[in-house]
Amino acid sequence: MLLDLSRLFGKSKNSKDVAKERLKLVLIHDRANVSPEFLEMVKGEIIKVIQNYMDVDESGLDIQLTRTKSDDGEGVVPALVANIPIKSVKKSGK
Amino acid sequence: MSEVIVITSGKGGVGKTTTTANIGTGLALHGKKVVLVDTDIGLRNLDVVMGLENRIVYDLVDVIEGACRIKQALIKDKRFESLYLLPAAQTRDKTSVTPKQMIDLTNELRKEFDYIIIDCPAGIEQGFKNAIAGADEALVITTPEVSAVRDADRIIGLLESNELRNPKLIVNRVRPDMVKRGDMMSIDDIIDILAIDLIGVVPDDEKIVISTNRGEPAVTDDKSIAGQAYRNITRRILGENVPIMDLQAGDGIMGKLRKFFGLKTT
Repeated sequence: MLLDLSRLFGKSKNSKDVAKERLKLVLIHDRANVSPEFLEMVKGEIIKVIQNYMDVDESGLDIQLTRTKSDDGEGVVPALVANIPIKSVKKSGK
Repeated sequence: MSEVIVITSGKGGVGKTTTTANIGTGLALHGKKVVLVDTDIGLRNLDVVMGLENRIVYDLVDVIEGACRIKQALIKDKRFESLYLLPAAQTRDKTSVTPKQMIDLTNELRKEFDYIIIDCPAGIEQGFKNAIAGADEALVITTPEVSAVRDADRIIGLLESNELRNPKLIVNRVRPDMVKRGDMMSIDDIIDILAIDLIGVVPDDEKIVISTNRGEPAVTDDKSIAGQAYRNITRRILGENVPIMDLQAGDGIMGKLRKFFGLKTT
């Protein structure tokens, strides 16, 4: 209960969540030999294109390099995963 | 059909050798003909974990250089008729062996054994390349720590690029109490990050230290919870569908019942 309250007020985070966050960040580097700057560039370009068609929440944007099962289920392939919250779709885009 | 399985991790000290000893012994418990190959040349330890350190005459490098025949270097286990160890050389280094020679060696061993279990050294250099060269399958060991998971991720990438598809994950030294209070990554957290199939979860267990002291793998100890985890992994390797241990079970009334019945369901 105490733990839940302190989390509600955003005071402390579980140490395993800290570990997971740090791991995810360090693995972006390790996996593709891709620098955070490179990812920022990709992110910028993607936003530019999408903004031609819809309003997106830039602060909520999440782009990362990860791994996923390949379609045939035989192996694992790298994947660029982008989670882009949409505020509204522009009329001209239809 | 025999199978060559390499046990690897990247990071040192996460339990490769202990896992090799326990899985090998577990397979021998099922009557399989098994050979454990220690490829950690210069830092051999599988012999002491198995309690066979006093019986070594020839080693892996002797076999590869033709100084003896394979049969002369194989050490029979103390307790299991169908279990053998091929020890690493202690006074040589990893460059004494090449991946091609390892492929030839494993092919030779395939004629005699159902399972060839290869204990890989830590790191990603020559020793790692030798260890994986002849393997059909790979098991990746990690612990729920940032450094171990990071290295496991790197190893998974290297295995894939060496045509060892679909490596399976073992998470070792899990502390259910710490996971419960949010101070240790859970199995789901680790799977989420590494995106590979899980073949086993081994809880932290002092019996592992005790069994290593004695040179008798915990898999033969009915009272060891880690031993039970290794028995489960063994059965999964043999193709049985065994559910993953529920490590949180220790708290509830069911957990107490399980404990009472000697951990049979874990």
